[in-house]
Amino acid sequence: MQVEITVNGQQRSDDVEPRLLLVHYLREVCGLRAANVGCDTTSCGACTVLMKGADEGGTGRGVGGGGTSVKSCTVLTVQANGQQVTTAEGLAMKGASEGGMGRGEAGGGELHPVQAAFRQEHGLQCGFCTPGMVMAAVSLLSENPDPTEAEVREGLEGNFCRCTGYHNIVRAVLAAASSGHGAAKQQRAEVGA
Amino acid sequence: VIPAPFDYIAAESTTHALDLLDSFGDDAKLLAGGHSLLPMMKLRLATPAVLIDIGRLSQLIGIRADGDELVIGAATPHAAVATSDLVRADAPLLAHSAAQVGDPQIRHRGTIGGSLAHADPAADLPMALVALGGRVDLLGQGGSRSVAADDFFTGYFETSLEPGELIATVRVPRQPGASWGYQKFVRRANDWAIVGAAAINGRIALANMGPTPLRARAAEQALADGASAAEAAELAAEGTEPGEDLHADRDYRRHLARVLTRRALEHRA
Repeated sequence: MQVEITVNGQQRSDDVEPRLLLVHYLREVCGLRAANVGCDTTSCGACTVLMKGADEGGTGRGVGGGGTSVKSCTVLTVQANGQQVTTAEGLAMKGASEGGMGRGEAGGGELHPVQAAFRQEHGLQCGFCTPGMVMAAVSLLSENPDPTEAEVREGLEGNFCRCTGYHNIVRAVLAAASSGHGAAKQQRAEVGA
Repeated sequence: VIPAPFDYIAAESTTHALDLLDSFGDDAKLLAGGHSLLPMMKLRLATPAVLIDIGRLSQLIGIRADGDELVIGAATPHAAVATSDLVRADAPLLAHSAAQVGDPQIRHRGTIGGSLAHADPAADLPMALVALGGRVDLLGQGGSRSVAADDFFTGYFETSLEPGELIATVRVPRQPGASWGYQKFVRRANDWAIVGAAAINGRIALANMGPTPLRARAAEQALADGASAAEAAELAAEGTEPGEDLHADRDYRRHLARVLTRRALEHRA
């Protein structure tokens, strides 16, 4: 089936099998490897990306910015037809505008404030959960720009980290919130999308 | 893990979806958020030949007041129910229950109708609908009918949906200011209830104490007869035959039902 999906601001048209999962589409068809396949059972959140409908239909609440967090192991690519999808690669502003394949600083882009906060607070250890954790945090902050620590912990309930014990991750999200991430995120999403 | 091959059709309207259901029969499954169906398909516990996507039909999405009821489109995601000012004001137990489903990502995709149709007895929304005394409006080729929550759940993952029918809307009574309680016991984040209890206006529903969400009728009767919350809660497990698994044996589930019912009756969220 032919699908039209805007991935990190870049419009694509691809012929996919209906059973192709969104995470496999992103990794294998688009070559974007930030979203990881962890548990593959809608639990761990390593595959978290943002999704936004042209009409904000199926994905919910019309929150501003790049969309709402979804677990891409449990979304069919065909369900994203006509929608915008943002991966961690698309968060870094320059990377996204230079073709959607940017990988933060390595790709020449400037880190998104949430990414920068994860680096600043060392909100990672092995890094496997990090792209999903960052995307979940971006979605959380777009819905609740000034969360309490408890709200951050609850808001990241769908993302597992098996290294850090979460403390630095929570610190990173709180740091991103207090750095006024809300407004910056809006701006970046417009560039990215 | 990858689902078995299937054909995918995005329905253009509920009428179109019903026509497709009619022509494909048992080979077809309805897809909305897919957060119950796709995991089953990935494990090949479900292998439908055709998926009919109703998840983006605007006819099935939205929340409105209709007299003394709230009407919620079946494809409305949990996140929208949980954060709706209308639901929070007029059916806070429902808003709270929707906010307990899975985790944020799951609530962005999963839908109220999908959760009810899946009918997992351990799930949040079936229990909430039974506690609230809500109902579901079903659409089929022969027209529409409305089924009370108590009659909708008929067995383990079974409902009174007939082949060719879909859930169009979910209705719950508007009860602003009603006191309510909701308790879910889990061992892990974003897990299903080992046992759950929800109470509002003298009605008590239990999750995972049998093949369907159940009313704790002996406890309800005791309340109606003037018993205290603690006295009534002692009767919460009467007549139940809960299953056993690695999380809990039968006696422990009955114990949990009594404890959680007492807490729910004390109106603790």
